[in-house]
Order: sequence, then structure tokens, then C-alpha cells
Amino acid sequence: MGGFNQHSGTALPLNQANVDTDQIIPKQFLTGVTRAGYGKHLFHDWRYLDLHEQEPNPDFVLNQPQYQGASILLARENFGCGSSREHAPWALADFGFRVIIATSFADIFYGNCINNQLLPVSLDPVAMDALFAEVEKAPDTVIEVDLPQQCVRIGSTEYAFEIAAHHKHNLLKGLDAIGQTLEHEATIAAFESAQPAWLK
Amino acid sequence: MPKTLYDKIWQAHSVSHLEGDTLLYIDRHLIHEVTSPQAFAGLAEKQRKVRRPDKTFATMDHSISTRSLALDACGPANRLQLQTLADNCEQHGITLYPVGHQKQGIVHVMGPELGLIQPGMTVVCGDSHTATHGAFGALAFGIGTSQVEHVLATQTLKQSKARSMLVDVQGTLPQGVTAKDIVLAIIGEIGHAGATGHVIEYAGEAIRNLSMEERMTICNMSIEAGAKAGLIAPDQTTFDYLKGREYAPTESQWDAAVAYWKTLYSDADAEFDTVVTLNAADIAPQVTWGTNPGQVTGINQPVPDPASMQDAIERDSAIKALKYMDLQPGQALTDIAVNHVFIGSCTNSRIEDLRAAAKIARQGKVASGVTAIVVPGSAAVKQQAEAEALDKIFIDAGFEWRLPGCSMCLGMNDDLLGPGDRCASTSNRNFEGRQGRGARTHLVSPAMAAAAALTGHFTDVRTFQG
Repeated sequence: MGGFNQHSGTALPLNQANVDTDQIIPKQFLTGVTRAGYGKHLFHDWRYLDLHEQEPNPDFVLNQPQYQGASILLARENFGCGSSREHAPWALADFGFRVIIATSFADIFYGNCINNQLLPVSLDPVAMDALFAEVEKAPDTVIEVDLPQQCVRIGSTEYAFEIAAHHKHNLLKGLDAIGQTLEHEATIAAFESAQPAWLK
Repeated sequence: MPKTLYDKIWQAHSVSHLEGDTLLYIDRHLIHEVTSPQAFAGLAEKQRKVRRPDKTFATMDHSISTRSLALDACGPANRLQLQTLADNCEQHGITLYPVGHQKQGIVHVMGPELGLIQPGMTVVCGDSHTATHGAFGALAFGIGTSQVEHVLATQTLKQSKARSMLVDVQGTLPQGVTAKDIVLAIIGEIGHAGATGHVIEYAGEAIRNLSMEERMTICNMSIEAGAKAGLIAPDQTTFDYLKGREYAPTESQWDAAVAYWKTLYSDADAEFDTVVTLNAADIAPQVTWGTNPGQVTGINQPVPDPASMQDAIERDSAIKALKYMDLQPGQALTDIAVNHVFIGSCTNSRIEDLRAAAKIARQGKVASGVTAIVVPGSAAVKQQAEAEALDKIFIDAGFEWRLPGCSMCLGMNDDLLGPGDRCASTSNRNFEGRQGRGARTHLVSPAMAAAAALTGHFTDVRTFQG
């Protein structure tokens, strides 16, 4: 997996709080045994008027012509709440999103994004208001997200964001997390041999 | 320095510190068919092995039928997923309790039944309701599939420590009020994201008085407040539950284990980042009115008016939720009619839940126009319920008695609602479309669900028990 550095793109304004994983990818699409192909089902219930995904809902922002090609998703607080299904970030990434900018994220979803090279950026409500206003006014506005500098640029305005050092490192390097841990095999084995008998 | 229970378990499992993370050792890894196939595929791609198959246990629960034991009963995609789990377990030497096995069940029901979950352990599963196991004083949390693969390969996870929250439920519970009502009231109080970034420890007299099954109901819904995990310090109730179970320590190891387990509590002067206090006497039977579990109120309250909400985001969410739920501000909850009732899920499908529901069910018949199903949480629960003739009580009252599984909690099988259906459900999520596209879910306790089945609308269960 390649690393994440900077990304520039237009944004899709999904102006809602508590967007849960059941909305991002409903249960009927969780029967797969691979990681691929979930993008076409992203936001299924909101995106389509029918069960067979033939009739796009014209009122849903993702279907509106001015936002086609967006690679940055804007949302409000508690994005990705609910289930641990990694199908949610798989669907977002497969659809073409590289960055999600929201007021806040649910914990499991946030970690799942990091593990899939999808950058979750948390900004305060005032900054989110400004981003929504700009993108709703001018949908072709390009937003620049700079991970090394930890900032979001829109026009001449910059918003700094926080990210844990190890998450940043993993995103930048695109490393194989399991391979890294396996280098500590001897330490893990030593830990196991010191466990009490009923846990061994 | 005084420590919380969370601090103690964390420190006891810290293998090493890496780039700001802690490498945390995992004692138990529970897996199921939905979130594991891609993890096994990832191992195969890199030719990696499962490090500790003996610490990994599998069952089939999410995508199975509750009417038939056949793996293909819900179609070829579900069958392939179930068969993939069976193949992966066989290839890697992992114990699997498949459909039809006496020990099969919802992963968060069968794990504790077998004694797999013990105080002080770290427990993970690719399922957000893994928080259930915190009832034993185990640090238990849900993980994504990439992390499932990481645990399979290394028996560890890279983790950052969360903040700590103490939820103190003081006093004794009024009659007719259950563990489900406590946890819904807590989520209503702190909000759907109120514990994000935190591990909750539940304490206080009302928690201490709960049985193990009731404690599991409380911890199960920690994730619905956004928490990483929920914990309850182990005590004699915990030890009595565990003793003699299949995977519990035996003989001399039992005494050593209990001696250790007795050290697992938060020190008296330990500090928590956040403290929340509730009085049990103030809690009424709860009913959710919205589309997240924090949108909840007592059965004696009306549907709230979004106009009275100060916070703009909360107000907008409430307006959207009432529209989806087709409810009006000020409407009495007892005037809301239901046409479906679901008793089951990892929150409320254990034997005590079924006894509580049966106690109401025996007082009448399922109302005309209502479809009510009871789905035991495991094969063992089903067997016990049948030994107590609870199945007969349900069937005589007009409920359907099904095979164990996750069922209508998420509807990955054919237990699905249609558009506009309204369900009193003992499950844990009332998200839009959770039980079927366009369907409306109200979360309640098992007794409240049974009461709604008999009357055809939400009813204060305390009027049955008077």
C-alpha cells in the first residue's frame, strides 16, 4: 500500500451529524468475502430510490451533478458511529474518497480509516461551518489536505488539524502493520511465557 | 499512584511501546463469518499463520437463518461466507461452533456461557458489541477486519490508551425497571457520542446488585454511547457465574485466578477523566423515539419537541429522526402502535431476558396485526428455555419461537422488516433502516417488548406487574 502525503480535490458536503455505518454500507452488502466492490453500494438507502440501485435519488447530495468527482467528504459530528464493519471505509475508498473532514469521528471507524489509507480529519464546528458554506456556494472549490503539515487549505485560509503521531507515521509510510509487529516476535513470546498458568 | 481497573488491565497486557502506541497482548479473540474472511485472505496473501489458534474461537451467528439449520437457507452469498469461515477454521486449527452445534450462539452470548471470558483478560472481536464482555471486568472492544488480521497473525494490537469515565448508578432499581433501562437512560443522559474516546467503568449500588447477564446488557451498549469499552469490576457474582464453566480455570488454578481477580478494581482514590452520576430511583422503563440510542425517554414521557432543544445539531438530528419515525412532538409513547416485536440480540437474548419476557407473555395473547418473534441467543439458551417450557408460553401467546442467531437485530438473514413497519425491539440500534429499509425501530427491554406485543402499542410494563 502506498503512503498518503497530500491530496487536492473537490468536496461533497454531507451536512449531517451521526452518520452511522448502517447508512454508509447497509447489512445486505456485508456478505462478501473480499475487500473490493463496495463503492457502488455506498449510502445505498439514501442514494437510490429502489432496492436494485437503478433509480438514483435526485435529492441526495451524492447524486447532484455539481458534486460529481468529489474526493473529499465533509460531514458533521460523530461520523461513522455504530458497527465495526470495515466495509464502511472500504466502500468510501472504493467510491473514490481519499479524505473525510468532519467535526468528530467514532473511534472504531477512525481506526479503520487509518488502516485503509483513508485520512480522517477532525476540525472544530466553526471551521466546518466555513467549509460547508464555501463548498455549497462554489462546488468546484478545490480543498488541499496536507498531512505532513497537518493542515487543510481552502483559498487563502488554512485550518490546522491534530493527528496522533503513530497514525500520521503509518499513513505517510503506508507500512505493513503486521510485518512491523512481527519484528517484535521475541518480545511477544517472552510476554506469553510470563503469563499466569490459566491464561497460557 | 492509585489506578483504575482499566489502568490495571492495560498495564498487565502492555507488551512494549512503539512509536506512541502500546502493543497490547490479546487473551481471547472471538471471530464470526462476517468480519473475518478478508482477514484470513490477507494472511494467505502473505503466507502468514494464525499465531495462537488456541486463543481464537469461532461461531456462526450474523448471516444464518433462524428457521433452518441449512447454511444455504439465506442464499448463496450467506452460504459462501459461512463455508469460508468453516474452511478457514479447519485450515488454521481454530475451534468453531457452527450452526447446529450445541455450543453455537451469538458470539457475545456463547463466549461467556463457555467461560471463555474471565476477569482481567483482553478480549477482541470484529464486532462493536464486544464491549459486552466488560461485564466480567475484562477489557473487551470491537475491532475492524484489518485488526482481526493483525490479532490472528500476532496475538497483539497496537493501541493508544483511551480516557476514563466513571458512570455511578446509585441506589436501588424500582420494580419493573431493568438493566436495559439503566443503560438506555445512561446513553440518553450522556448522548450517542458522549463517551467517545473513553472506556466506561460502571459502578454503584444499582450495578453491583445486577446479575452477570444484566451486567452484560449494560456493557453491551457502551458502544452506543461511543465508548471504546465498558467495564464492571469483578466480584463474587462474577466468580460464582464462572465456576465450573468449560473454559474456566480448574482446581488449584481456580484459587490462584480468584486471588488475582480480587485485585481487579479501581483504587478508592483513582481519578477518572469524567464522572457521571445517575440515581436508579429516577429511571423509568425506557423507549427510544429517534434514530440513535441516545434519542430515548421514559415510557411516562411524551415524544420530545425539537424546538425545546438548545443545541442546533441535536435539534436538527431530532427533526430528521421524528420525520423518519413518523412521530409528532408531544405524542404519548403509549399511543404509538407497533406491528412487530423482536425479542433477541446480543443485548437481550439470554435466559433471564426470556424469563422476563415470558412472565409478561403468559398474561395474554399477541395483539391482532402484530408479528412477534423470540430468538434465543444461543443453542444453550434455547435448550434451557425449552427445559423451563418458556417456548410453550411464547407459542401459546402467539409468538414465534426461532433458532439462535443475530436475526432481526441487523437483518443479515431473512428476518427483515418492510417500509413503514414499526418494531418494539430488545436489540441495541435504532438506526434508519437497521431492521429493514424504511422500517422504524424502538429499543426497549424484554418485558416492555412483550407488553407491546400483547397490547399492540407501547405500554408501561409496571401496569402488568402491579
